[in-house]
Amino acid sequence: MTMQLETAQNPETLRRVAIDPISRVEGHGKVTLLLDEEDHIQQVRLHIVEFRGFEKFIQGRPYWEIPVMVQRLCGICPVSHHLAASKALDQIVGAHHLTPTADKLRRLMHYGQMLQSHALHFFHLSSPDLLFGFGSDMAKRNIVGVAAAYPDVARQGVLLRKYGQEVIRHTAGKRIHGTGSIPGGVNKNLSLAERDELLKDVYQIIGWARGAVHLTKQLFEQNLAEYNAFGRFPSHTFSLIRADGAMDLYHGGLRAKDMDGKTIFDHVNYNHYWEQISEEVKSWSYMKFPFLKVLGPEKGWYRVGPLARVVQCDFIPTPLADKERQDFMAFDAGNPSGSTLGYHWARMIEMLHAAEAIKELLHDDDLQGTDLVVTGERQEVGVGMIEAPRGTLIHHYHVDENDQVIRANLIVSTTHNNQAMNEAVRKVAMQYLDGRKLTEGLLNHIEVAVRAFDPCLSCATHALGKMPLQVELIDAEGKQIDQITRGVCDEPSSCC
Amino acid sequence: MSETFQLDGEDIPFAPGQTVLQAALSAGHYIPHLCYHPEFKPHGSCKVCTVKIGNRTAASCTMPAQAGLEIESNTEEMNALRRTLVQMLFAEGNHFCPSCEKSGNCELQALGSDLGVMTAGFRHFYPNRPVDASHPDILLDFNRCILCELCVRASCEVDEKCVFALSGRGITKHLVVNATSGKLADTDIALTDKAMQVCPVGVIIKKRVGFAVPIGERRYDQRPISAQALDDAPRPPSGSGVCQACEE
Repeated sequence: MTMQLETAQNPETLRRVAIDPISRVEGHGKVTLLLDEEDHIQQVRLHIVEFRGFEKFIQGRPYWEIPVMVQRLCGICPVSHHLAASKALDQIVGAHHLTPTADKLRRLMHYGQMLQSHALHFFHLSSPDLLFGFGSDMAKRNIVGVAAAYPDVARQGVLLRKYGQEVIRHTAGKRIHGTGSIPGGVNKNLSLAERDELLKDVYQIIGWARGAVHLTKQLFEQNLAEYNAFGRFPSHTFSLIRADGAMDLYHGGLRAKDMDGKTIFDHVNYNHYWEQISEEVKSWSYMKFPFLKVLGPEKGWYRVGPLARVVQCDFIPTPLADKERQDFMAFDAGNPSGSTLGYHWARMIEMLHAAEAIKELLHDDDLQGTDLVVTGERQEVGVGMIEAPRGTLIHHYHVDENDQVIRANLIVSTTHNNQAMNEAVRKVAMQYLDGRKLTEGLLNHIEVAVRAFDPCLSCATHALGKMPLQVELIDAEGKQIDQITRGVCDEPSSCC
Repeated sequence: MSETFQLDGEDIPFAPGQTVLQAALSAGHYIPHLCYHPEFKPHGSCKVCTVKIGNRTAASCTMPAQAGLEIESNTEEMNALRRTLVQMLFAEGNHFCPSCEKSGNCELQALGSDLGVMTAGFRHFYPNRPVDASHPDILLDFNRCILCELCVRASCEVDEKCVFALSGRGITKHLVVNATSGKLADTDIALTDKAMQVCPVGVIIKKRVGFAVPIGERRYDQRPISAQALDDAPRPPSGSGVCQACEE
């Protein structure tokens, strides 16, 4: 644990180094370091300084707009918001059991989303760090560099993502920000022509996804000690789980396990999620800090996302991915399953699972059904939960008798991982920066830790590795004594 | 129909009583327009159908067709003017196309797309216009109103209910509901009313059916508004041009 590094004793006497912004995809983030005179780390904080306001400005809007409106939270995984909102509104319109066609169409859309997002994250954002080294030449450390040095890896990454986007297009109408899911069901089925187009490439996609799992395993084998130790910290885990203990990225009950793998709670109905988790507010970040109520804010924080899901599920319900899960859990006595960089390996296992699940769904005739929407008795409150690429996503709405949203609460994956990301950043700061002169390569280690959790904290998405980064070294009197600046995001704010 | 006028260098035949816009559309020549509806008496408020006749400009929806006129419409000058008019409409209201259920079926959006409007061009007014969700089946989203008055005319001239009216002047002009409470729930509007069918944007909305039509099957996913408008052109007016209730 590195909680002691959250707040230094005498901050006014320490040098402040700010990485600001470290990232910008669905918001801004920065890391501040306080160093003593001998360059030893005394305080590290990952601040999320974004403020989006969605919970406020959807108030008063008609409920059927919400799945389309809230997906604008994200340009990388909009489908997750689209579906989580739809699931919440299913309850509002009394659709407690969707038709098989609607349920499977949404799942297909979601697996397409999982495939493209995981591919984007691993290949485009993180593979340059992993393939070239965390402190390698910055000029080469980007997807273009990967394309030059590892053309097959880059090509497969691009095509894996493209395939996922095509699945989304055929189910939601557009590759980004579609309209396929509506309260109570979906607005289209999958035509035979669309199905055949997707079937044509799915086996190749499964092969490439399997290759990506093996690539992450190979990277661990080659750098075992460093990868296992990098930003490593113990934590509880939290995710949805299917009734039989299988990984289910679309629906399930709540499962939480402690850092020893013991169950804290299991198969809890998520409609009352607030009985299990709460959120703490800290003055230095706009992002709240969720925790398991039963353990309290100090000890109850947890991690979500691919690593948590792969580690705490009993099995993955597709054969190739489950075999890879077993290898992952057994590798090096299970050490990668507790490491920050284990997120990448777990992420690729999930990508393989998504590809296999897409294949199975494409062979299901229910996708060509015409019974698309159900309704039932209206209710005022709806909660939708889904496993988004980066972790558990909660949408919670109150709708009045005039069909207007009067209250909303959204808890996104990044929020769940807030404390965990802070832990990882502190560990890496202590491991690599403590007592050393700052360089770009060393600072990139912090970004590598953040990227392991969440590509939405990386503007490298847009700038091909030139993450906007400005580090200022300020002495105790507040005078700037050093500064490093690199690539500034010149995209309009709407790009993210 | 032996007499003609010239539109962008082509002879356009017209019947007595036709306007320039009606004659052009009947002859298969598109002039961009927004507040004009073939079933209602031309109104001339939005000015998007403005054409150049000699050295002056005129709204083609109200300009009577006359033999020998030489009219310019599809020119960069006129289209630039139309783009500016459409940009002003976008800036005056709150038009959030990405989450609007009318997207793909919206004439303003389709017109903007057809004219090559890429940005609002002006600072947005961001007016505060709360929705009226009081009616059990119909939602009024005033944010999107462009003051075309089609709903006012349809409700008066065809439905004979006069549910809607425009109030205020100049920049404060706005759509209101003719009820003591000002709420739609206190009117006798019905889903089957003509007023429900004519809104070119997303103000008058049937509740709980938004986004039911998938992308790809919406009206302007199929063909641009310039092609669709020609399909809709030759139709006799169903509105009387006057409201009997108001006359009385």
